[in-house]
Amino acid sequence: MNHYDAVIIGAGHNGLTNAAYLAKAGLDVLVVEKNDYIGGAAVSRELHEGWVYSSCSYVCSMMRQSLHRDLDLSRHGLMLVPYLGTINFADNGDTLSSYHSEEAAYNELKRISRHDADAMFRLQADLTRYSQVIRKTLLRTPPDPASFKPRDIHELLFLAKEFWSLGEKELYEYIRFFTLSAADFLDEYFETDIVKTSMAGAGIIGTALGVYSPGSSYILLHHVMGDVDGSIGAWGLARGGMGAISEAIASALKSYGGEIRTNAGVERVLVKGGKATGVVLENGDIISADIVVSNLDARRTFTKIMEKDDLPPGIYEKAQNYKIRGSSGKVNIALSGLPKFTNVPDNPYVNRGGQAFSGSMETMERAYDCWKRGTWSDDPFIESVIPSAWDPTVAPPGMHWMSNFIQYCPPELADGPWTPEKRDQFGQTVIDKIERYSPGFKDLIVHMEVRTPWEIEQEVGLTEGNIFQGELTIDQLLFNRPFPGFAQYRMPIKNMYMCGSSTHPGGGVSSACGANAAREILMDLRRPNTVPQDDCYDE
Amino acid sequence: MIVTMNSFDLATEKPKPSHFQPRLDELNIKEAWSAWNGYKFAEYYYEVEYEYFCVRNLCGTYDICPMQKYFISGADAERMLNRMVTRDVTKMKNGRVSYVLWCTDEGRLIDDGTIFRLGDEEFMLTCGSPSTAWLKKSCVGFDNLTIRDRSDDYAGLALQGPTSCAVLKKMGLTGIENAKPFTIHHFDFGGKPLMVSRTGFTGDLGYELWIDAEHAVEMWDALYAAGQDYGIHPFGEQATNMLRLEAGFIMPGYEFNEALKTVHFEFDQTPFELNLGWMVDFKKPHFNGRSALVEEARRGPKYTLTKLDIEGNKPADGSFIYNSKRCTTDIGYVTSAMWSPVVKSNIALAMIETPYLNGELWAEINYEKELRQFHKVARCKIQDAPFWSPERARLTPPSDF
Ligand SMILES: Cc1cc2nc3c(=O)[nH]c(=O)nc-3n(C[C@H](O)[C@H](O)[C@H](O)COP(=O)(O)OP(=O)(O)OC[C@H]3O[C@@H](n4cnc5c(N)ncnc54)[C@H](O)[C@@H]3O)c2cc1C
Repeated sequence: MNHYDAVIIGAGHNGLTNAAYLAKAGLDVLVVEKNDYIGGAAVSRELHEGWVYSSCSYVCSMMRQSLHRDLDLSRHGLMLVPYLGTINFADNGDTLSSYHSEEAAYNELKRISRHDADAMFRLQADLTRYSQVIRKTLLRTPPDPASFKPRDIHELLFLAKEFWSLGEKELYEYIRFFTLSAADFLDEYFETDIVKTSMAGAGIIGTALGVYSPGSSYILLHHVMGDVDGSIGAWGLARGGMGAISEAIASALKSYGGEIRTNAGVERVLVKGGKATGVVLENGDIISADIVVSNLDARRTFTKIMEKDDLPPGIYEKAQNYKIRGSSGKVNIALSGLPKFTNVPDNPYVNRGGQAFSGSMETMERAYDCWKRGTWSDDPFIESVIPSAWDPTVAPPGMHWMSNFIQYCPPELADGPWTPEKRDQFGQTVIDKIERYSPGFKDLIVHMEVRTPWEIEQEVGLTEGNIFQGELTIDQLLFNRPFPGFAQYRMPIKNMYMCGSSTHPGGGVSSACGANAAREILMDLRRPNTVPQDDCYDE
Repeated sequence: MIVTMNSFDLATEKPKPSHFQPRLDELNIKEAWSAWNGYKFAEYYYEVEYEYFCVRNLCGTYDICPMQKYFISGADAERMLNRMVTRDVTKMKNGRVSYVLWCTDEGRLIDDGTIFRLGDEEFMLTCGSPSTAWLKKSCVGFDNLTIRDRSDDYAGLALQGPTSCAVLKKMGLTGIENAKPFTIHHFDFGGKPLMVSRTGFTGDLGYELWIDAEHAVEMWDALYAAGQDYGIHPFGEQATNMLRLEAGFIMPGYEFNEALKTVHFEFDQTPFELNLGWMVDFKKPHFNGRSALVEEARRGPKYTLTKLDIEGNKPADGSFIYNSKRCTTDIGYVTSAMWSPVVKSNIALAMIETPYLNGELWAEINYEKELRQFHKVARCKIQDAPFWSPERARLTPPSDF
């Protein structure tokens, strides 16, 4: 059959979620994916026998609980396991462990600074308060502030009510918060560099901003607003790697009768008389559909798989100007044993968490300077986690794999495009840095996958390798995402929708974009809504 | 003269150490102890949720030394047990384990436990509460048997979770992967007999290891050495309570009040009320409580223990169940409730008046937010299957993870 009620372009976790909800509502859906595997940036791949890497995303906390529950993803094989604290490594050799247990975490902070140990309570309360407001918007379609439709007005009032519930003072603080840099924000709480540094990493991950750039405080919030079973700010691992999330959603999709076709890259979206009518695949196959949904980022959707002439004036330019700068690299390493780190107690509860090689605020900012100059720092910020210390399915017993996320890594180098040699040099920089904190680390390496923004774009199709499918700055958030006037998942072409992380609420493995888009599609089809609108933890 | 507490003899006030105590002491870094049957017993070792996930994701050990262990042997052993419990013991083959219930003459549940058939005339009965008096009563009329209470000198350790089979293989228990659920296997552990059953209280893949108390620590060390790369970690009472609830297993003090300890009329339960009617075998000859249970089976139980999936995420601990959202007539009460991290559901077991099972069910849930009390009314859906029942719990041989 080559006609479907809906065709979804891209089997990223959002595309799969979108398709699952449409199929659940009774639509005949097909997902077409260019790769021979599914998942996009939520993927598990065995590149070296016995080791399963989460090649891109590696930890999970944004996944919406109510979608997990509603799609019954546990029954489809998904298990999310919280992991323990993170150790921060400072330039001067000092470490700061964010212990999992409250009393240990407090004592550790107190060792560094009594002031900062106390201030941490206030920071956590403030971040939780800010998170709670944002969290309530995640499974809702942003209102169009220029519209007079009852639903938009209703949703605007909902937002207003949530913000007003903070109280006047906190409301001002909150608005200011969105414009602050991570450094300015943290300066209001802490005295010591290592404590600030330990929190600031979350403000730069995935973004082409520095710890001192305005707007990075929101990125920080974006990274702590998730939860694992209600404990806000906690992160978990998907058993089997992040691909287990995509696989579970795909299994739910199939249980509702949906189909997935891999090795089926889309060449062009077919448009007739201002309406989308289907897609042409790279192999020439035509699939006609009443509805076309794109899981690709906004830049890619409008400039790569659509004819400029099919678009209303101005859209192509908007997509060209959409901020989607690549800034991150990823190095996945198979290890023959668990690495030991200097200045860290031999404590399994700590060694089983994550590592942040953050250095200092200064070092993070210098790394950003390098990115601006089109090169990588020889002292980059690395956020690592060793999933195998928790997940018995991803490495042979006693052996491990370490996920290393590197901020920053430019999409293109000052002296030209990436080459395999330069990529390997970048990888070398990363392991050199880890070796400084873990003598003997290099001897443990069995296999290594180095990914610069170039590889990420080639494989996942994230433009410039931007992990969020577009910067999470206030001009591209909420009703501005991806562009003002098009934040409700509908595209400027009839019967065409967007469901990827380029839409509200943005990047991260949350399934929210895909689910929200499905709700809008079902509304346009005048079908009953089957998509949860709230998350059960936010009562 | 100054009298300090040091001058008293308080030894008898202290809980008895478990046979694994030296190791438990090292690992209970949060010092979270309570007691069970007089033994020192961990509520948790590090953190409840951490231990819970060790069992669902890797493997964990649970000290079952405080459980009661009665060795019943002799020509009349089978007949005695068969008269005592509601299932048919004569159908049990050697080397098998069976989950059993025993009742008063009125058909009220005294306790649940497991029978291990070690031979034609040799059984081990395990249960949570000391039962010497009831066992003695149950022997009336059977002369050809002896009961040896080995509760204090036979050590037990449960090993539960997806990597548990891999750990036992690594420990050198050759062939353990072929052990089917509810079977018993004997191994030579450095010249000492080690018994392993594929049983447990978590609804997951798992085993229980049994050995003479004096070798307990040695066995522990061998097990932990083997489990190093498989995430082995002890889990305490609180994690156990989460795990068993997900599996849909009942617990004394939650779902049932032991009949012999019950003060108020019919404040204890029957097997039918606990939804364990399948464990009552009317085809076998007379057993304790039979006629009362025949009558109850005909009439239907007053209450039925029901598995509920409750909307929202606030655990319905202690909630009343109503037949309408208006909450005017209560028709039951929640016995155990939790948010299930692996199932991602708000689950509960509830005793509900049987006639109301076909109608709407609503729970009135109280919860707290920064010291303020709130309540909400949430719709409940009846669930028939256990909340958690992974395929690996039934597979033979199970996979390594
Ligand atoms: C290195 C890295 C690390 C990250 N770390 C985390 C993390 O730890 N935690 C977290 O929550 N988030 C993380 N993220 C972000 C998160 O992974 C993404 O935001 C999210 O997975 C995007 O999902 P999506 O479904 O919106 O889009 P994508 O995953 O980008 O899916 C798009 C899909 O479309 C396919 N496609 C592209 N072009 C075509 C075409 N022409 N035809 C057909 N198919 C096509 C792609 O192959 C892909 O499968 C990370 C991302 C990266 C890259």
